[in-house]
Amino acid sequence: MGVLSFLFSSSIGRKLVMAVTGVSLIAFLVVHCAINACVYFMDGGATFNAAAEFMAHNLFIRLAEVGLIGGLLIHIVQGLSLTLDNMKKRNNKYGAAPKRSNSTWYSRSMGLLGTILLLFLVMHLKDFWIVSRFDAQGGLTETKTLYHFMVEVFTNPVPVTLYVLGCISLAYHLLHGFQSAFQTFGLNHPILTPMIKTLGVAFSIIVPLVFASIPVVLHLDLIK
Amino acid sequence: MKHSMKVNLQVWRQKNAQAQGNFENYSVETNPNMSFLEMFDVLNEQLIHDGKEPVAFDHDCREGICGMCSMVINGNPHGPKQAITTCQLHMRSFNDGDTIVVEPWRANAFPVIKDLSVNRSSFDRIIASGGFVSVNTGNAVDANNILIPKDIADEAFEAATCIGCGACVSACKNASAMLFVGAKVTQLSLLPQGQAERQSRVVAMVNQMDAEGFGACTNTGACAAECPKGIPLSVIATLNREYTSAKLNGK
Repeated sequence: MGVLSFLFSSSIGRKLVMAVTGVSLIAFLVVHCAINACVYFMDGGATFNAAAEFMAHNLFIRLAEVGLIGGLLIHIVQGLSLTLDNMKKRNNKYGAAPKRSNSTWYSRSMGLLGTILLLFLVMHLKDFWIVSRFDAQGGLTETKTLYHFMVEVFTNPVPVTLYVLGCISLAYHLLHGFQSAFQTFGLNHPILTPMIKTLGVAFSIIVPLVFASIPVVLHLDLIK
Repeated sequence: MKHSMKVNLQVWRQKNAQAQGNFENYSVETNPNMSFLEMFDVLNEQLIHDGKEPVAFDHDCREGICGMCSMVINGNPHGPKQAITTCQLHMRSFNDGDTIVVEPWRANAFPVIKDLSVNRSSFDRIIASGGFVSVNTGNAVDANNILIPKDIADEAFEAATCIGCGACVSACKNASAMLFVGAKVTQLSLLPQGQAERQSRVVAMVNQMDAEGFGACTNTGACAAECPKGIPLSVIATLNREYTSAKLNGK
């Protein structure tokens, strides 16, 4: 086995790949969340549009985006194949579920939560990413900005509900994934690990809450 | 204190590794101060008396150190209490009239031999793949011949308390053996005697673990919650670190 092939074949290498790509996706969430939160400037989306414009046309951002999509695809493919492989390790299932809980339901459901997020992502990229990146598809103009477009999408309660559900899945996925990544890196420290766990819980609540709040406040017409 | 109680058991019966198993219902009059295994002895006496096949189950020391008593009781390996083995579980932990489901460890890497008895040779092969350390026999060497700092010795000892029972595998949703392998790798990589083969050992043991058909760890923590010896999840972090650094060194 080569120096790098272990990343895609050994049990530890595979989870290392999940952790590295997972942490880079967490870093992306910080940027995405900060830009979305610009709608709270209450300036009719001017700051938000400026930020979105920068993200869409800056060369370095576009290059980073290629890396992001690569990392995302690896996270998805490796995650699905790991989940499917792990399901084959116990052919005869238990007759009784554990009476005394030994782990959290979301830590055992990362494959399911990830699949929900993947479906959400397909819808989300179709809704906004394609319009903001490929001018011919959506036709964003001076008068019809990404902010206007977002307001339009969220007048319908169906996408609002789906986006909130997507954010709840994200919260639970992060609640396990954030601290789990550091355990995979081999970091289990008497002082640092409790700090990472607290930070992980805070991140998993705050970031999805900010994301989920935007469709809701736009739908209820609470910001101008 | 009451001296008699009745429990209803649903016990997994399986003739051999190939046979389809099923749950059988039994009712046992027992004493609340009996251990769970003694309750099974009573059940087997009853079955023998009735001319039926007794339930095969593993047991040896009956004092919590051999790691043989592999029973999943009401969905938890070694039953409802934490940090004990099945032989250390007493019937007073249950109520009169309770229905108790008893199953073997379930993992493809631990095939059922019969009823509640499973084959854990895969653990032995992982240990063997790690190689050996040389220990001189003959006169006992001086206790302080090899100096080991107290905190390191304590940490190695904590990992060495693993009795290789397999509860970690049975509790893990992925049937992963990483808590077991992590405990062994942590113990040997901390001590001076284990340094010579430190990197080749971890790679060989992880390769063997994967080859045996254990799943990959997803850090749910169920293993550490069910470990009768309280082996902490940090041994898996150590295993990840040891393995990754060995790989980065081209091992």
